[in-house]
Formats: sequence, structure tokens, C-alpha cells
Amino acid sequence: MCHQTVSLTARYLEENGIPTVLIANARDIVEYCGVARLLFVDYPLGNPCGRPFEVEEQRRIFDMALDLLANATEPRSTVVVPQTWPGGDDWKRLIFSEEQPFLDENAHNNWINAKQHYKKLKKEGKV
Amino acid sequence: MSHVKYIDKTRDYYLSQGYEKPYEWAHFDEVPFARLSKPLSEARISLVSTSDVTVRGTEDGGNHADKLFNGNVYSIPADTPIDQLYSRQDHYDKHATNLDDVDSYFPITRLHEAAADGRIDSVANRVHGVFTAYSQRRTLTVDGPEVLALCRADGVDAVVLTPV
Repeated sequence: MCHQTVSLTARYLEENGIPTVLIANARDIVEYCGVARLLFVDYPLGNPCGRPFEVEEQRRIFDMALDLLANATEPRSTVVVPQTWPGGDDWKRLIFSEEQPFLDENAHNNWINAKQHYKKLKKEGKV
Repeated sequence: MSHVKYIDKTRDYYLSQGYEKPYEWAHFDEVPFARLSKPLSEARISLVSTSDVTVRGTEDGGNHADKLFNGNVYSIPADTPIDQLYSRQDHYDKHATNLDDVDSYFPITRLHEAAADGRIDSVANRVHGVFTAYSQRRTLTVDGPEVLALCRADGVDAVVLTPV
């Protein structure tokens, strides 16, 4: 849902004349929403801008994002970063699987609490 | 292997966990597009992220829970030293990676480098966080306008956005 919030924010900025580029890991969510420019990095959720502490890689990715920002001529411009995640594709199979729950217990509880809080605010007409 | 289809995967995952109603993801046929009105080397750029990036020592305790999934916008001075930043985000692939390097999801150092190299003109005075909102309407009618106002106040020409 973070991808969706960012996509919606980008759309609002574009509608109001500010060009945007997303650097993101969840291509389907961003493209389903529809944005002007997406630099797609096929890495696990959490590292859209390159692997942690891999500075040269991060520079290459950021540079590609700036190129896309400057050179795109139409909306729904997606550019794919060629790098693949080292160590194989198991993470793609395992993410959101019964075999590997997405959130650990603590994070799950935080999520449930946040969700209940949201429902309460919604009921009170505050969101 | 092709990219992960998160919309399909999360639908199946939450149905298997007992949730009955699949989430309705935002979808639009029309996509707005603004051109960069000047060369990149003359552009001032800001960052906007849902990575829950936080300045150490400024945590607002209970208020944080109020904002999770309810939306909200906050700003961070762009010259904040990176060792003072971290993320409180839970929703990433903890099994495959980590959020130990802020620049891997909030590329503030890379943005400053681009300005130092003359690739862009400058970094905006402020960079921004947006809390993820369940309500798509909230993002489009409250948080989006707030981000726009902040960017306009700072003379921003373009924005790089990064989700976690």
C-alpha cells in the first residue's frame, strides 16, 4: 500500500504541474494505479534505490531515475533497472506465502493495532 | 523470473488468512504528465517517501500509531546528517533484506551528490514523508495537496518518490 500512496501522491503532483519519478520495487501496483514515470528495480520490498551500502549501484540507479525524469515524453514511462537480486529468485516465490508470513509477530500486532485505530477514527468521522 | 505480482499475491495471502474482501487497489485509465520545464542542471529537486524515515530523537511516541495507515505528511530538513535518520517501517521483505542503509530507500545522499556534481541545480530545503493511508481519497484530497504546497513553497521543480 506504500506503493499506492506514493503513486497517488505522484499523480497529484503531476496534475498540478510538478514532474515526478518513482523508484520502486512493486511494478504491478504502481502501473495498475498509473504514474508518469517509474524506474522499476526488481529487488525485495525495502530497497528501491539499490542494495544497502552498495554505493556505486545506488548511484547508477539514481542516475537512471534522473535521466527518466528529464527524458520521458509521455505518461506510463517505465524503465527497468537491469540488475537482479544476488542469490537467486527465492524471495519472489516466498514473499506473501504461507510458508513465510510477511510480518513477524510484533509487526503483525502493530499492523492490527493500527488497523483497529483506523477503524475507530473512521467510525468517528475523523478520517 | 518475472517480477512479483503483488496485487495477486497479497489477495491470495490475505484470503488464506481469513480475510474475505480483497483490497481494491487504486486504478486510473488517465495518467497526468508534466514535463520538466527546464534542464535538469537548473532544477531543484525534493524527495517524498512512504519509508517512515525519522530523525532520531524526534519520535512523537503515541502519535506515531495514530498516523500509521491514516495518512499524514511531515518534513525533514534536507541537510539532516544521514546518521540521524532511520526508518520505523515494518512492511518490507525482512527475510530478504534490511533497512540498515537509509540511502537504499530514501536516497538523500545520492540527491546531494547529484547537486554537488552539477547534475541538478540544488536539493530543496526540505524532504518529505507521507504516511501510507488506507483511504485513497485521503491521499488525493489531503496529503497530496499538502505535499504540493510544501514543494511550491520551496520552489521545487521536480520530485523523486520512493515507497517502502
